Amino acid sequence: MRLSRPVRWVLAAITALTVAYLYVPLLVVARLSFTRAKSVSLPGDGWTLRWWREAWETDGPREALLLSVRVALVATLIALVLGTLAAFALHRRRFFGRDAVSFLMVLPISLPGIVTGLALQNTFTRTIDLGIVSFEVGLGFHSLVIAHATFCVVIAYNNVIARLRRMSPNLLEASADLGASPFQTFRLVTFPLVRSALLAGGILAFALSFDEIVVTTFTSGSGYTTLPQWIYNNFARPKAPAVVNVVATLVMFVSIPIAWLAQRLSDGPSHG
Amino acid sequence: MLVIYVGSLVLLVVAAFFRLDPASQKPTSDLTTDNLRDALLDTTALRLFGQTVGIAAAVTILSVALALPTAFFIAKIAPRWIRRGLMVGIMLPLWAGYMVKTYAWRTMVAPAGGNKFAAEGRGGGGFLQSVFGMTPGYSTAAVIVALTYLWLPYMVLPVYAGLERMPASLIDASGDLGARPWRTFRSVMVPLLLPSIAAGSIFTFSLSLGDYILPRIVIDGRQRVMFGEFINATLGAPNQPLAAAYTILPLVMIVLYLLAMRRIGAFESL
Repeated sequence: MRLSRPVRWVLAAITALTVAYLYVPLLVVARLSFTRAKSVSLPGDGWTLRWWREAWETDGPREALLLSVRVALVATLIALVLGTLAAFALHRRRFFGRDAVSFLMVLPISLPGIVTGLALQNTFTRTIDLGIVSFEVGLGFHSLVIAHATFCVVIAYNNVIARLRRMSPNLLEASADLGASPFQTFRLVTFPLVRSALLAGGILAFALSFDEIVVTTFTSGSGYTTLPQWIYNNFARPKAPAVVNVVATLVMFVSIPIAWLAQRLSDGPSHG
Repeated sequence: MLVIYVGSLVLLVVAAFFRLDPASQKPTSDLTTDNLRDALLDTTALRLFGQTVGIAAAVTILSVALALPTAFFIAKIAPRWIRRGLMVGIMLPLWAGYMVKTYAWRTMVAPAGGNKFAAEGRGGGGFLQSVFGMTPGYSTAAVIVALTYLWLPYMVLPVYAGLERMPASLIDASGDLGARPWRTFRSVMVPLLLPSIAAGSIFTFSLSLGDYILPRIVIDGRQRVMFGEFINATLGAPNQPLAAAYTILPLVMIVLYLLAMRRIGAFESL
């Protein structure tokens, strides 16, 4: 494309600015987790591992980390199963209300977390009377998992349906023509093709759940603190910021490589 | 899962019609439209909601302003071999953790001098203050910058995808026909990119609209800037039915917004 040199340079400069905008805050926090100074000014003051050791020896962050991982794992698993089923159902045939369902599938991620959170809390803490049985879901680990699964399902669904759309229907027909039963076709053709999309969706759903705070606050019972909640509760404590820097840096170091891996997986087949 | 979700939303709307028992502060099962009327006539709430929509709109505009040139550079100018790397680089911070980024921005804009949190107050302020000698401090401007930071990748991605689909020859043709760059941008690129921008704005707008944790932290809890915080406070009042009535405002807003964006064709560009 023909563009004058100044235009190119301006665009390159804005891009550089955007990248800096995205990374500088993260680098600042990472730097501060090693600083010896007591303030958040840069350039910090020397290097120390003291805060990392302190974070490791405190119970709060460790327990929060474990809870976050457990919730994210279970929610991801539920989301993958339901999201995949929904994607297959919506992809295969057109039926009445198909658009409505696909519209509803985006709702949980685009509605404000507080609306979702409040709505779910409202449901969980209410006695549900179905005539024969009446029960209350209550708040606790399970409600946290259900709540997380509702938005994780969107990610799983999106990943799988995107892959299904790119997949040629000829493949399935060819498989049937060659005498494969529907189950064999699924096992030998469909599943291997969506496998990496599933894995990528799962990783992203995990990351999303790991990160969530608003819905979490509304649907976790007392005594359940996830890692983001721990940061939220502690950043304002006079002595805590140093440890919060460490926890924040740790979360970055864990989740960024994971996300990178997911990205590679979901793009894999189309790029050779 | 959808049933749970939609069912919960319906229950929430229904909850808005329950009368609050003044004595026990618990919702009763009497139906009333008082909550809804109170919610819709409360000028403080409406002003706050307007401000929240304004902030969400500002975040969206700022995101578009940064995403258009960035995505254009990556899709059309950058050498092919670094394109993918750049896009991955733009998307990765999305996964750094919401609280991590919120906390990072609080650190970035921390002003110099006295502060209620001792550990931050000492020394010459946060990154912006100590490096550039100025900072928006804990202010609405800081909230907008931080929210843009959070959701910007969601805008860059669809715009980039839209630009990739757009043949470079279109832009050259416009130039050959005598259009100046600005004219080409306005009459050729913007109409073609509109669905992509709309798709991105679903994220930047609705995610900003619902956010109240980042604003509270970045503004240092000094004033209420976001509607979500207000709902939360009403809930803690405790007045659950009124809080439910307040949630109807953003709920309706988002549904209308999604429908409008669907008309522009945003859903095909997601």
